[in-house]
Amino acid sequence: MPDLLIELFSEEIPARMQARAREDLKKLVTDGLVSAGLTYASAGAFSTPRRLTLAVEGLTAGSPTTREERKGPRTDAPEAALEGFLRSTGLTRDQLTARDDKKGAVWFAVIERPGRPAADIVAEVLEATVRNFPWPKSMRWGAGSLRWVRPLHSILCLLSDEAGATVVPLTVEGIAAGNTTRGHRFLSPDAFTVTGFDDYAAKLRRAHVILDSAEREEAIRQGAENLAFARGWEIVADNALLSEVAGLVEWPVPLMGVIEDRFLDLPPEVLQTSMKEHQKFFSARNPRTGRIEGFVTVANIETPDDGATILAGNQRVLAARLSDAAFFWENDLREAKAGMAAWAEGLKSVTFHNKLGSQADRIARIAALAREIAPLVGADADQAEQAAKLAKLDLRSAMVGEFPELQGTMGRYYALAAGQLEAVADAARDHYSPLGPSDDVPTAPVSVAVALADKIDTLTGFWAIDEKPTGSKDPYALRRAALGIIRLALESKSRVKLSYLVNAAMQRLYELAAQRNAIAILPSNFSELADNETLEASFAKDFDFAAPADNLVWFVLLTQPIVAAKTWVSGWKLNASRVYPLPERVADLLSFLHDRLKVYLRDQGIRHDIIDAVLAQPGNDDLVLVVNRATALNTMLQTEDGKNLTQGLKRAGNILTQAEDKDGVEYSFGADVKFAETDEERALFAALDTAEPAIKQAIAAEDFPAAMTAIAALRAPIDAFFEAVQVNTDNQIVRRNRLNLLHRIRAAGQQIADLTRVEG
Amino acid sequence: MTSPNRPRSFQEIILRLQNYWAAQGCAVLQPYDMEVGAGTFHPATTLRALGGRSWAAAYVQPSRRPTDGRYGENPNRLQHYYQYQVIIKPSPANLQDLYLGSLRAIGLDPLVHDVRFVEDDWESPTLGAWGLGWEVWCDGMEVSQFTYFQQVGGHDCRPVSGELTYGLERLAMYVLGIEHVMDMPFNDPDAPIPLTYGDIFRQTEREYSRWNFEVADTDTLFQHFKDAEAECARILAADPVDGAGRTIPMAHPAYDQAIKASHIFNLLDARGVISVTERQAYIGRVRALAKACADLFVTTDAAQA
Repeated sequence: MPDLLIELFSEEIPARMQARAREDLKKLVTDGLVSAGLTYASAGAFSTPRRLTLAVEGLTAGSPTTREERKGPRTDAPEAALEGFLRSTGLTRDQLTARDDKKGAVWFAVIERPGRPAADIVAEVLEATVRNFPWPKSMRWGAGSLRWVRPLHSILCLLSDEAGATVVPLTVEGIAAGNTTRGHRFLSPDAFTVTGFDDYAAKLRRAHVILDSAEREEAIRQGAENLAFARGWEIVADNALLSEVAGLVEWPVPLMGVIEDRFLDLPPEVLQTSMKEHQKFFSARNPRTGRIEGFVTVANIETPDDGATILAGNQRVLAARLSDAAFFWENDLREAKAGMAAWAEGLKSVTFHNKLGSQADRIARIAALAREIAPLVGADADQAEQAAKLAKLDLRSAMVGEFPELQGTMGRYYALAAGQLEAVADAARDHYSPLGPSDDVPTAPVSVAVALADKIDTLTGFWAIDEKPTGSKDPYALRRAALGIIRLALESKSRVKLSYLVNAAMQRLYELAAQRNAIAILPSNFSELADNETLEASFAKDFDFAAPADNLVWFVLLTQPIVAAKTWVSGWKLNASRVYPLPERVADLLSFLHDRLKVYLRDQGIRHDIIDAVLAQPGNDDLVLVVNRATALNTMLQTEDGKNLTQGLKRAGNILTQAEDKDGVEYSFGADVKFAETDEERALFAALDTAEPAIKQAIAAEDFPAAMTAIAALRAPIDAFFEAVQVNTDNQIVRRNRLNLLHRIRAAGQQIADLTRVEG
Repeated sequence: MTSPNRPRSFQEIILRLQNYWAAQGCAVLQPYDMEVGAGTFHPATTLRALGGRSWAAAYVQPSRRPTDGRYGENPNRLQHYYQYQVIIKPSPANLQDLYLGSLRAIGLDPLVHDVRFVEDDWESPTLGAWGLGWEVWCDGMEVSQFTYFQQVGGHDCRPVSGELTYGLERLAMYVLGIEHVMDMPFNDPDAPIPLTYGDIFRQTEREYSRWNFEVADTDTLFQHFKDAEAECARILAADPVDGAGRTIPMAHPAYDQAIKASHIFNLLDARGVISVTERQAYIGRVRALAKACADLFVTTDAAQA
């Protein structure tokens, strides 16, 4: 069983592409080998900045010979059918045999495919792999037409077994495969030959190349930690940086440096970000001061001066970078202390979206919304509004211009410098959160108000202009914003009526757009306006009908039916597709939020049918209420009483619905215990008399577990009732009374949820 | 950095680069005589990267970036600075080694320093050009840009040119161990009249910073932009056959106007009179000129293999 070794040696491969490239190389080659009939025991892929390597162990020496028998046309079939069969099998007539089949004599062909040696297959598969490699970006070089991530210099391709190693003959665009490679660019530049994977990895190590990126990562991590430990410091863990740095070096040599005192007063986030983004340095924290005071840079070389020159150079570069950062910081602080008016002014010329106005427009909307949300989440309205107005001003600061990922973080520093309250400053930092499903959710009331306002504005904005996510396309991260709203509302237990807020936010958005003349709002009495002139005259402002802006949308503020509005509009000179009816948009957005809520709750173990049953209840735009209800229902349905009760309630509902359909009346009132004939009936009356007020009271108090307990108490009487009593009896008075009793059961259930939607 | 091989002045570094690349067979050209933002704008790079004819050139290019002006006070930033540019077509297989040789030539020994090729894809929206390559780091500092041109002026580069760009001040400050650019020796510090970079450029940096940021007349600049754009279009639209019946398409004069428009745009940008949305539109207008020039150049003799 031979082993296969492949190395594709090139100029420096971008670090961020290496992990994916290893996987792609392994998959493309092994898939190709297998589909050509070879098998293998195991395969491993490796990368350094200059090479992609694949080692396949236990490859079969060749593919097996295969025989395939194929049935053709009958011997008396027309000539054309036989010719077609010969073409498809690649055989001649005398190679066919005729045999009797059920339907008479039929031609059979035997196609034999001889096995091929592994080398032939490897050569073919590797050439196809090189030519079709899925690099995120690839290039040509020199006068050739081959594409690779950077110029490809050599291909090593060896099959080796006990008898020795042989080069697989293969040439791609003038690059002939061989058995040589090179070591470290500077420390061991000479070419050498290898005989197999073990020999290759060992010789590379002697030539100052650690082949395995995981080993390089570990060496860097260990080395950095040891250097930090010697000073009593600790390395700020950063796995993304670790894997990137491991992709930049073949022979990692960590070196530790100290940050000059004059920079230690910069915010730690600035130090860390500047060092990471520009220099790929790890940050070292002094646990005694809590500050970042040092760094670790990872060189790709051992030098006679033990890295002294390299470290001195890096230190100089860092000083220049941090001088810039200090310059930004000081200028920004000056502007912050002056009140940040220039930044607010600047945001007027920064477009958020061409249909949704500037960042300044957006901030104004968020501030108004934050003010409305504030009392609902226990925040001071003035503080929430103020925080919303300040939260995004740092987008104009020099520091955020340089490091966009510090948005919010810097906002907090600048708000504090401007003399704002901690709560307001914290909201500047935290209002973007949560960004992902595992991200922390802000809990401080002002932060919650601004964070909610930020996300509600985003969603209403894009819903207002009909830019909703479709399939996998969600360019504005609206699903993330929806999840943010859900998590903010639930984790802060905020009793926010979303439909009201969304409606208000969208209406405000349209009104502001109308003020910019970007849209026209149709008056609510539009259908009474007989002609264009009257309609035009009804607009409060001077709207240019003749030359509407490209991004013009029409919005109907309506209570009238939407269809009627569209029909009316299309009869006029407007384009009906440009009618954006507010109530329809709001309802659509709510249903999107409900969909996201279902996904969120499903991950928490609550079934979708339970959520549906709860969403059918009034108050479904209050997410806290929905979840409390769903959780209580979910708990009850897991009990024996709960499951059986649901059956009983459904049975009551079914009998009642059938009777109502048959009789054409609604049985909803007047069940009277005096017409009860059996003990079970009377017991049910008594149970309902107790349960109904208890359920009502519990629901009013939003104590859903208590409501569930109260209704669960009906299980035994209901079961006993159906066991003993025939509802549809001949005595019409008794029958009517029983149906009206069933109504009381159904009504009790409906207070809890729409249980007809619960499955099982 | 105490090697005896160490250069002592800014100009010595330039001279060594000139000698090194001359020895590698490049034609050592002189700077282009127009205001440009980078060495790439020199027609020896932009236009010569197009077409099939082989090419190898090296030159210093004075470059202007009005928005980078700091009145001569910032240790690293200048509105006028120098780039060293090398372009070889087709890119030779040993271009990385040739490049490393140039670092040795100016006293940076890769066995003592940490030289790294870090992904950095190059794109010039104004030239409609892009390529893949790296920024080259020496001890954590970017000392050069290394690019394999894939497209220029919207045309695929076949063959591909390799382009090297050295930021001369930054590189020299590093080699010479200077903290503030104005303190850097320009000529030999032991010369009878030693001159620093500041002796030569401190005053001009102050003057141009003021003009770029505060004084340049924007109405005039807007007019100049339109004029350059119109003249470029007029040259390109001219009949390639002249009055005497000679066929002389004028790609280079047209390209001069594109360069001019690009620089005027940079000046307007420094004056802060171009909004974010207009910015894209202006860049698009310059790109359209550059592309039209490239379209014409590829039809000329200089572009033929």
